[in-house]
Amino acid sequence: MTESAYFVMDVLSLGSLYALMALGLVLVYGILRLVNFAYGELIMVAGYSLYLMDGSPLPWIIMAILAILAAVATSVLTERIAFRPVREKSLTAMLITSFAVSTLLQNAALLFISPRSRVVPLPDIFTHNFMLGGVLIQVRDLLGIVVSIAMLIIFTLLLNRTVLGIALRAAADNFRMTRMLGVPANLVISVAFAISGLLAGVVALFWLGRTASVTPGIGLEPLIIAFVATVLGGLQSLLGAVVGGYVLALMTVGINTFLSQDLVDYRQAFTFGLVILILLFRPEGLIRAK
Amino acid sequence: MPTSPHRSYLTGVGTILILVGLLIALAVLTHLTGSVVLTRFATQMFIDVVLVLGLQIFMGNTNVLWFPHAGFMGIGAYASAILSMAPMQKSLTLAHLYPFLADIHLPFLPALIGGALVAAAVAGVIASPLMRLSDFPLVITSFALLVIIHVVLTHWHTLTNGPQTLFGVDNYTSMENAAVWACIFVVVAYVFKESKVGLQLRASRDDLVSAGSIGVNVVAVRWIAMVVSAFAAGIGGGLFAHFITSFTPKAFYLTDTFVVLVMLVIGGPATVTGAVFGTVVITFIYQGLRWIENTINVDQVFSTNIAGLSDVALAIMLIVMLILRPAGIFERNEISWQSIKRFFGRAPSGAAVMPKIGKEVN
Repeated sequence: MTESAYFVMDVLSLGSLYALMALGLVLVYGILRLVNFAYGELIMVAGYSLYLMDGSPLPWIIMAILAILAAVATSVLTERIAFRPVREKSLTAMLITSFAVSTLLQNAALLFISPRSRVVPLPDIFTHNFMLGGVLIQVRDLLGIVVSIAMLIIFTLLLNRTVLGIALRAAADNFRMTRMLGVPANLVISVAFAISGLLAGVVALFWLGRTASVTPGIGLEPLIIAFVATVLGGLQSLLGAVVGGYVLALMTVGINTFLSQDLVDYRQAFTFGLVILILLFRPEGLIRAK
Repeated sequence: MPTSPHRSYLTGVGTILILVGLLIALAVLTHLTGSVVLTRFATQMFIDVVLVLGLQIFMGNTNVLWFPHAGFMGIGAYASAILSMAPMQKSLTLAHLYPFLADIHLPFLPALIGGALVAAAVAGVIASPLMRLSDFPLVITSFALLVIIHVVLTHWHTLTNGPQTLFGVDNYTSMENAAVWACIFVVVAYVFKESKVGLQLRASRDDLVSAGSIGVNVVAVRWIAMVVSAFAAGIGGGLFAHFITSFTPKAFYLTDTFVVLVMLVIGGPATVTGAVFGTVVITFIYQGLRWIENTINVDQVFSTNIAGLSDVALAIMLIVMLILRPAGIFERNEISWQSIKRFFGRAPSGAAVMPKIGKEVN
């Protein structure tokens, strides 16, 4: 009983983070057909922003908001500076650009801050835990679940109830047609990148909360997770991305719980092997879009 | 471009001669300086020429962003090192190696080719299903494949010594034999590009549907290019292993992928000339910046060591290049005697000369 409670808790807390990561990636992909390799670096940017504000008199929540804003700004600026000029040229050029932006941001952190990991300030509440029905619950995990689900609800309302949201969904569905109907393309794309940065920034708080440190290479793992979740969910659908996030968390926790240690080392290889199989045999994803 | 097959053949020989001549000239110049540092730079450059040409064979002819190249390079490096290492050394470095591999002790050339064949065979099997994909699925799976190869290299302790350094590989790679392999792959890449398979591939790159409709088996020709490309990656990896002599799986991951990609994309992925020139130019810039980085660190200009300067510069160059000239320096046409003469304004009779250039020179 207790073990299954831990299991559910782990899946929920990981899955909520994975879902947000996948959502941020798929939103941009839906509109631009761009696989944004620099997405993981947004998490890194938020982390280093927190590190740089360490020791300032600001309360943590303000620092967190500023860190999220830094991720949003980075996301919007990379689009404006790097992706927009190559947008019309070719898809491969845009992909290579995103890979270059990723390398640029990582090495800038290496150059201007340090190759070594840096400590990120976290609120005390992140280390608290309490017992609930014989199960030890980390406040951090619970907070992660609550915030993620709140973000998902806000995001759904935004997409379904606002003009901007409808424009975003229309653009993700058929970008060219949406432009012809008079929706300003640059604005929609900028908003998509801003939301993508916002999601990455929120994820960063909880992702960094697990280790309390940030390194230049920290973005790779979240990026890989977002890739896999996106593929599981079917590449195009926003709902699929969320479901994909939870499915991946279920698989990850399952592998960690039930597989022997030797094989857990190969976990990434297994999940990616699975991704290749899914793309070969069911390219529309596990969840078929409506 | 000349139209008759005869002219085209001669232009091809010209292109190969110019590129091979350039590489040999660089090797001879380096040899004349007698500098150990420059020789190391040049050796690394010739290895990179092999790797970049290998990537060009697949990526240039298909316009597919191909990530596993560095992974196949790693497979070639480890396989050739295991084949060439003396049993005595193997018992020190790879104590738990499978018995049937422990006693193998091949000379350099068979080990190098053997390692490349292993890389090509692995590529031929595990990457073959990817040839059916396109767009997003292809990008993700090709990235996935790089990560999978890296994870396996990092955890297969018996074969690779895991994340720890594999040391004690014999230093067989000299600048001369690296240069010879670079020249060989100039010929291979050019002949491949102009071959029937190469033409079919390029047709499918420019228009997938039309190429399919005139009978091009896109999956098959892509597979052939991918295996040839992986063989080149394996040779490059083997040369690298016997040049650097101790390495970890990290040497064959994202950083290396990035550098090779920059060289190809800046030079021009669609042409063999672009691949060669891109490698040479980027080597100069990259090694120059590395040298500056080291000098700053040795002289302790700053309180802490700096790292990442050269990669930041490379990334910025790549982004600027993609914005200004996304197809690279040599977009479509290979270098030829005519193009060189045209460039210097002495138009040969009969060749089409763009009047604008002529005017500027006059």
